[in-house]
Amino acid sequence: MKTTGKRSFKNLLIAYAVPIMFIGLSIFTIPLSGFSPEYLVQEMVIRLARNSFLVLALLIPIIAGMGLNFGMVLGAMAGQIGLIFITDWNIVGIPGMALAMIISIPISIFLGWIAGNILNRAKGREMVTSYILGFFINGIYQFIVLYMMGKAIPIGNPALVLSRGYGIRNAINLEGIRQSLDNLISLNIGKVQIPVATFILISAFCFFIIWFRKTKLGQDMRAVGQDMEVAEAAGIPVNKTRIISMIISTVLAGFGQIIFLQNIGTLNTYNSHDQTGMYSIAALLIGGATVSHATIPNIFLGVVLFHLMFVTSPMAGKNLIGSAMLGEYFRLFISYGIIAISLVLYAWRRHKEKERARMNLRGNS
Amino acid sequence: MGTEKSKDKTEKNVLLRCEHVGKSFFENRVLNDINFELREGEILGLVGENGAGKSTLMKILFGMSVIAQTGGYEGSVFVGEKPVKFNSPFEALEEGIGMVHQEFSLIPGFTATENILLNREITHYNFLVEAFGERLSTLNMPEMIERGGKALNTLGVDISPKMLIAEMPIGHKQFTEIAREIDRQNTKVIILDEPTAVLTETEAEILLSSLRKLAQKGIGIIFISHRLQEILEVADRIIVLRDGILVKEVEASEADVVKIAEWMVGRKMDTSVFEDKLEDKNAEVLLEVKNLWVDMPGETVRNVSFEVYKGEVLGIGGLAGQGKIGIPNGIMGLFPAGGTVKFRNTDVPLNNPRKVLNLGMAFVSEDRRGVGLLLEETLDWNISFTAMQVKEWYVKKYLGGLIKWRDDAAIKQLTSEYIKTFDIKCQGGHQLAQELSGGNQQKICLAKAFALKPELLFVSEPTRGIDVGAKKLVLDTIRRSNREFGMTVVMTSSELEELRSVCDRIMIVDEGKVAGILPATAPSTEFGLLMLGTSETHRREREIQNGKVKTK
Repeated sequence: MKTTGKRSFKNLLIAYAVPIMFIGLSIFTIPLSGFSPEYLVQEMVIRLARNSFLVLALLIPIIAGMGLNFGMVLGAMAGQIGLIFITDWNIVGIPGMALAMIISIPISIFLGWIAGNILNRAKGREMVTSYILGFFINGIYQFIVLYMMGKAIPIGNPALVLSRGYGIRNAINLEGIRQSLDNLISLNIGKVQIPVATFILISAFCFFIIWFRKTKLGQDMRAVGQDMEVAEAAGIPVNKTRIISMIISTVLAGFGQIIFLQNIGTLNTYNSHDQTGMYSIAALLIGGATVSHATIPNIFLGVVLFHLMFVTSPMAGKNLIGSAMLGEYFRLFISYGIIAISLVLYAWRRHKEKERARMNLRGNS
Repeated sequence: MGTEKSKDKTEKNVLLRCEHVGKSFFENRVLNDINFELREGEILGLVGENGAGKSTLMKILFGMSVIAQTGGYEGSVFVGEKPVKFNSPFEALEEGIGMVHQEFSLIPGFTATENILLNREITHYNFLVEAFGERLSTLNMPEMIERGGKALNTLGVDISPKMLIAEMPIGHKQFTEIAREIDRQNTKVIILDEPTAVLTETEAEILLSSLRKLAQKGIGIIFISHRLQEILEVADRIIVLRDGILVKEVEASEADVVKIAEWMVGRKMDTSVFEDKLEDKNAEVLLEVKNLWVDMPGETVRNVSFEVYKGEVLGIGGLAGQGKIGIPNGIMGLFPAGGTVKFRNTDVPLNNPRKVLNLGMAFVSEDRRGVGLLLEETLDWNISFTAMQVKEWYVKKYLGGLIKWRDDAAIKQLTSEYIKTFDIKCQGGHQLAQELSGGNQQKICLAKAFALKPELLFVSEPTRGIDVGAKKLVLDTIRRSNREFGMTVVMTSSELEELRSVCDRIMIVDEGKVAGILPATAPSTEFGLLMLGTSETHRREREIQNGKVKTK
């Protein structure tokens, strides 16, 4: 009994190695940064509202066994195209956001369908394929936004268009929808302001995921995710199911990017989507998720821990060594490093599990 | 019991009938004019050696796509009175034919219920179905669990329908798999391919009794097993395949283990080419293996002890998947292994191929294209590669060994020597290995091992996939190197006749253990019995001693 307890504790440590590491790190950086608790809580609430939806969009491809969807930047681009249009048409507030989402849906579905089809031809290498696919679609996005908009696609608002007459400016002011969702229902607890409406949307989405797992489609995705061949043999349309999961993920990433940008208030036309995938994936992994398994608590824990580090490390670096650059370097280093570590840990753990599964076939040991 | 069943059998409907079914894969005929029928509630035992055509027959019945892809089959199959020609397993399932495969097709992270009802889930309607289709209906888990439990109960096993597959012992997985076939409403025939191979004694007992229960419900069962005792115990009728021909169809009550083994092995021509069998009991022990286990997927060796005498050819035989191939692979360090191996009385370090090669052993792998050859390199390199790496032969050393260069002239000479002695059909040493035919590739593999001048040579499946003429040459070469150069050889092969023609002694491996070692001159039925029977009989005896089973 004691040994099994010990072992399960050890397994728990291994399973949550990454979040534990980050909690440990935060214990150092929080006091070093010198931020007040109120400030940190407020920051965390804002960042939870801002980022959770994007991270949630990663869940469904993981269920379907397609790993971490680096291709979610596709959805982010679709969302941004929606935002460019509503800014041009000057539709503000919640209707503006809703319209941006509606515009993004067909684009996301199309991009998700392309991604799904390509990933079906690259089974087992989904992550690297979707990562490179992100770069490729980024090229098309830039072509459309930089050359087509204002020429082939009419853009009326001169504030959006580059002085040469076509192409969208580098920065777009999203004044019309800035924090319109966050401030729709605002609640103050102490000094901390809580964007209730955004959280309602996020929790609605969490319930959607919980419900979705219980549908026939969700069950099929789980089956496909665990063993494509068995699923195929049982008559589940494997490729179609995988494409659907990519489409759902891309559409939701588009919504997520719109929610993200309404909070920020400005759209960096050519950069905003760049880090979306990387940061969301880093956050999810820090929350204790793996390539093949992720839960809703992983998301919230991950967002909090990742951004806690994000917020505190530059200040901690400045206070400690007198250079904020070190903290900046540190957080970039961490977010890439954590993805690498998680992937290696995952591969190592899989190997160990396989070995353990075969243990009873080995003699006298 | 058997006779009682056979009396009322004739009144029952025919579920499945094969008429003149035959199949050849390109030029290679594997099935010829098979005729049999399966009646309602009947258990049909199907036995045969490896390669006798059992799996091909089952693939035809279950509509596996490999059959259609290789040109279909001859003759006709009837389900009831209706002629059928399945193009995919789904069509077979539709007609009520279910199959339980040797490999599990279960999803490890799902519960028993979820696996049993995979893609046949019971669902609730909701309004989203109208918009997005059936797949958005929600699962009705309580009802599913009830149905899964019912299917498991039919089998008479105590498995919780909520248990995860990953947490199940291997036997329970097998039952879950069978439960899946039972749950299909229209299942009329279930084909079981070696279902007891992975089960423990008691689990096998439960399985057999649940098969009887299913048969009582009118389901027809085709039961393939190498364990003849089980076949005799559970089957009503037995059909024996040999070399693609149905050689015997018999009531179970009229057969016994020895008879079946004889039918299976047949009285093949004794092709013994070499009559000078070595039987020197006082010979020096060259290799001593004790309690060896090898974790080679599909060829697990559990506990093997044997000795190899200097100057002999020892054959290792046995059915596929019983572990015979795992033995050389384990000793040579290619798969995780444990136990003690002594070569010339020195301990052989396991899991370290380099050390083993240095000791003077060499290995011709059964995986010719994967392990055996550098396919995209020349024959020169292929033959000399291991010798260069291990012995540093055919290497010129400069500056006291600081710089090592390949000695191309020596390599060329070596290659042309082997091309001549082995009669390798090629354009010369510069040709790429992948351009050669299978038989010639095999000779290159042998040349590569011979170039090491080993004291002990392991040869694994040397004639697999090569034609008859090349086979004889390869076997001759092995034999000659043994007799003329005194190289001790341990040869693994699935073909008993081949072993009998080349070897002095033959060891039969069954279920990862040594079933017995016999001189090669022993009658083939005795080898057949070792392959199939002994471990089975031992098991039964043990059970009877332990009082688990009453003697009948």
